[in-house]
Amino acid sequence: MNLVEGRFTMIVTYVALGIGAFIALFPIALLVLNSLKPAAQIVVSPLALPWPFRWDNFAHAWRDAHFSQTFVNSAMLTAMTIVLVCTTGSLTAYVLARRKIKSWKIWTFYLMATTTAPIQLFLFPLYFGYAKLGLINNPPAVSLIYAALYSPFAIMLLRTYFLAVPKELEEAALVDGANHWQVFTQVMLPIVSPGILTVALIIGLYSWNEFLIATTFLQKADKATAVVAFNLLSGQYSSDWGEIMAAALLIVLPVVVLFLFMQRRFIEGMAGGSVKG
Amino acid sequence: MAFQSEAIVGTQTPARRVDSSAPRPSAVHALYLIPTLIINFAIILVPALLTIALAFFSWDGISAPVFIGLDNFVAVFSDSVFWTALTNNVIWTCIFLVVPVAMGLVAATMLLVARKARNFFQVVYFLPVVIATAITARVWQGMIYSPVTGIFGLMHRYGIPVGNPLSGTSTALYGVATVDLWHWWGFLCVIFFAALRQVPQEQIEAAKIEGATYWQMLRYVLLPGIRPTITLMMILTVIWSFLVFDFVYILTQGGPAFSSEVLSTLAYRHAFYDLNVGQAAAVALVISCFGLIATFFYVRIQTREEQL
Repeated sequence: MNLVEGRFTMIVTYVALGIGAFIALFPIALLVLNSLKPAAQIVVSPLALPWPFRWDNFAHAWRDAHFSQTFVNSAMLTAMTIVLVCTTGSLTAYVLARRKIKSWKIWTFYLMATTTAPIQLFLFPLYFGYAKLGLINNPPAVSLIYAALYSPFAIMLLRTYFLAVPKELEEAALVDGANHWQVFTQVMLPIVSPGILTVALIIGLYSWNEFLIATTFLQKADKATAVVAFNLLSGQYSSDWGEIMAAALLIVLPVVVLFLFMQRRFIEGMAGGSVKG
Repeated sequence: MAFQSEAIVGTQTPARRVDSSAPRPSAVHALYLIPTLIINFAIILVPALLTIALAFFSWDGISAPVFIGLDNFVAVFSDSVFWTALTNNVIWTCIFLVVPVAMGLVAATMLLVARKARNFFQVVYFLPVVIATAITARVWQGMIYSPVTGIFGLMHRYGIPVGNPLSGTSTALYGVATVDLWHWWGFLCVIFFAALRQVPQEQIEAAKIEGATYWQMLRYVLLPGIRPTITLMMILTVIWSFLVFDFVYILTQGGPAFSSEVLSTLAYRHAFYDLNVGQAAAVALVISCFGLIATFFYVRIQTREEQL
């Protein structure tokens, strides 16, 4: 029996969903619209269509937020975090999923609990410890913090991918004379590589967008991430909202494009690990 | 599903046999955990233990810490800002347990009906989730709330009496919460929708044949079908509500007059503005206590679900 919804239900549904879409898109539309307007025009109305397009906003934003440096910082920090989380995380996830060690249960519990640990619980001693070691304004040192922060989530997510691999594959490889390291690198890793890609995307998103740690540990203008530079620009250095929105668009655009191409992976991954960013 | 197949395979093939023929696999595999644990201990565990210790010391971050017993807690608990912050966290939790969960559920059940456009709407609702919090905050601050450059200012010029919610002591917290709501509800919608699709189709069709209305369908079929997901999301909401930082810090810095202060911004201010690390640690412990209770339930549900 094929059930079709009544026309009235469909209309109500689409109207409600449309309102939801409007709510989600309206601030984003304001961001895009005003990034192309001079400040004076925004004061008249933030809703008016920009004409002529003021492309200068992007040049000013690029210069004032030091994006030629801070974008590189963000990209490096993100890349380092992804590599750290994916390498250390897949090793751990494999061992925990396959119950390779007796204490697997304890470590799974421990990591699950740290996914919800408040940053403030470790932030203050960590900051003063880093200061003592001269690691403030040091992006690789900050990527270690991100790795610690995000790897429990990544491990929980990767675990489910390792769990889905049939045990026979591993056993067959061992019988064929492969050692444990070869089993891991040549049998398991290729099979779970879609999971690793998903984790890389989500960890990349979190690192690129992260604010609290970055603003605390990277204070010098030439070491800051793009998001921190944006926050400084909009908070202190500029009241030209056209320029601020242009800076915002430059940071958001790569993320949104990547998201639109890889939406399924993003959504499934974030839902699977359930961590707020 | 992953754990089910694992359990089935696990009972059929005695993996132990192969493992014991290999040279002490346990010892080799313990090494695999070391990189994760070194990073975790150095960044999280050791500093967390130090935070617990610091809560009992007076320390400005530079000179030698002095043991002062419970004085930090006494000072924190006798500070009215602390109680404002705690109340704000509780209000925040209540808002986020109701509004985004309700919005997410309604939208998710509607996505179930709108078969053709569901993917489009899902992507649109998820967009705010992938935008950096710092940017979301500034867009709302400048383009919506601002009396000069924002929609609120525009409405004011057209004679609609709306003020900037961020500058009023009675509205600042709700102004900030609205921004986080916008950023957040789509995530819940997408999660609930994923869960709703797992509800057996026969149950939905049976209810339809018996003439169930939308609300009856929701009440008796859909909501019970995804109850574990709703519970999990509500527990996580409680945890995250006590951690909220970015939006408050960027939009109001806890002001005006501490009216939108939350525990995390209070702790941050104690540590980095007042250089009173001991009190910051004490506040951090209070946050952690609330988180710990919720975390306990979170771990219990997660492990039960996966039959660890």
